[in-house]
Amino acid sequence: MTSRRIVLRFNAANVDEPIIYRLAKDYDLVFNILKANVSPQLEGSLVMELKGERYQEGLAYLEARGVSVQPLSQEVVRSGERCTSCGACTAVCPTGALSLSRPAMQVEFDKDECVLCQLCVAACPVRAMEVHF
Amino acid sequence: MTVRSYGEINARIRSGEVVVMTAEEAIDLVAAKGLAKAAAEVDVVTTGTFGPMCSSGAYFNFGHSRPRIKMQKVWLNEVPAYAGLAAVDAYLGATEVPEDDPLNSNFPGQFKYGGGHVIEDLVAGRKVRLQAESYGTDCYPRREIDTWFSLDDINEAVLFNPRNAYQNYNCAVNLGDRTIYTYMGILKARLGNAHYSTSGQLSPLLKDPAFRTIGLGTRIFLGGGIGYVAWQGTQHFPAVHSGANGREFGPAGGTLAVIGDLKQMSPRWLMGSSFTGYGATLTVGLGIPIPVLDSDVLRCATATDAELFAQIVDYSDAYPDRRAENLGFVSYAELKTGRITVRDREVPTAPVSSLPRAREIAATLKEWIQKGDFTLTEPAFTLPPAGRAAAARSLEIRGRE
Repeated sequence: MTSRRIVLRFNAANVDEPIIYRLAKDYDLVFNILKANVSPQLEGSLVMELKGERYQEGLAYLEARGVSVQPLSQEVVRSGERCTSCGACTAVCPTGALSLSRPAMQVEFDKDECVLCQLCVAACPVRAMEVHF
Repeated sequence: MTVRSYGEINARIRSGEVVVMTAEEAIDLVAAKGLAKAAAEVDVVTTGTFGPMCSSGAYFNFGHSRPRIKMQKVWLNEVPAYAGLAAVDAYLGATEVPEDDPLNSNFPGQFKYGGGHVIEDLVAGRKVRLQAESYGTDCYPRREIDTWFSLDDINEAVLFNPRNAYQNYNCAVNLGDRTIYTYMGILKARLGNAHYSTSGQLSPLLKDPAFRTIGLGTRIFLGGGIGYVAWQGTQHFPAVHSGANGREFGPAGGTLAVIGDLKQMSPRWLMGSSFTGYGATLTVGLGIPIPVLDSDVLRCATATDAELFAQIVDYSDAYPDRRAENLGFVSYAELKTGRITVRDREVPTAPVSSLPRAREIAATLKEWIQKGDFTLTEPAFTLPPAGRAAAARSLEIRGRE
């Protein structure tokens, strides 16, 4: 049984629930949290490894609680040619992966901080942000 | 107290002696030497802005087919263009989208491709599909046509934007409890973020707030090529913002109509853009040279981000309901730090117009003038400033009487 790398995304309604505890206690899943973040707007994201016999049941529980689950095999990529450094993605990005350097006001993208929420894809007017599988 | 005339500036451009600075460089010079010395030194100040400008579009003359067609309905890459003009003329608006676009039916819509994207494709040298229909006449018998063209194949392609270069713009926030999708970008609930859209101290109409030098015929940087101010823009309502206690918060409300030959423009400076949940548009690069006719022109052209303000407006309710309310004023210096305070809450800020590209435009325009390629035009008339321009009218719902 191999563990799978997934990204969970929480919203203000479920971010304060002890969801990972339930995954371990009720579904007997083994977890290893790699990265976790809660924004001031109470949007949470969590990158983790997860495994166990009742993996699918655990996923169903997550979805029922309104937690979105994505495999970490995806990657958000910025087209350097297309990006104009307008900045429209930077306050929308929940983790600060996209930010403005000051005073140059150039958009910087730190992939290590990206949790694949894909808000930047919708926020980018010139469609410079793409999801690669 | 005239320091120099248009004629003198152009003579210095031709002789290679002209002193040109971007507005940011001129700010530093005034800080170092004082206004009077700086005004004696600098001939021209350049400005720039690169942002989404919805009231943009282009008109075309496609040339005549054999047999001829009087194009009544026209589509460019399936985006409808307005053909209620002479036989093979049409105007394509930046915000037009294909008839089968899902729009906001699956909210928020993506608006992947529209008139602005067609314009970008054309200036990038790509072929565009032209489809047209007609009813047939004795002199124009053809009823339909389906062909491909590039900018080189047609007679005229003219960028003509009825409202560009907004003098100032709102700082948009969302007081509601759901994310909203606006022309100012994605605004998160409960003051989750604040978006603004000018280049501040580089922004053309913030640097000549009383329109002392900008008017009909002013030669400008437009879309990477040369353009002209064609008229005042639609909704040209210049004013000076004032706060509750009578404190003034600087200029806002002026706009420009601009025109230029699309064939010499570039996809770096005309980019098709999509605002999720709102629509398609065109991001336009525009820069204006300001002749330093006297020290007062330079004083205005060197206003700093700390002296220029945006009003904070709620886009969840006040804006859509057209209520003239604001949540206060904030300077561009504060906005550019990345954090402002609204209703005692710290709110992250972000621009939706590119400052690095605005700087590039001001620097490019400076280079053109220094090389002697670009002289300054004295407007046939300057645009009406605050106090002389018409007041905004609203649209009321009423019967015929």
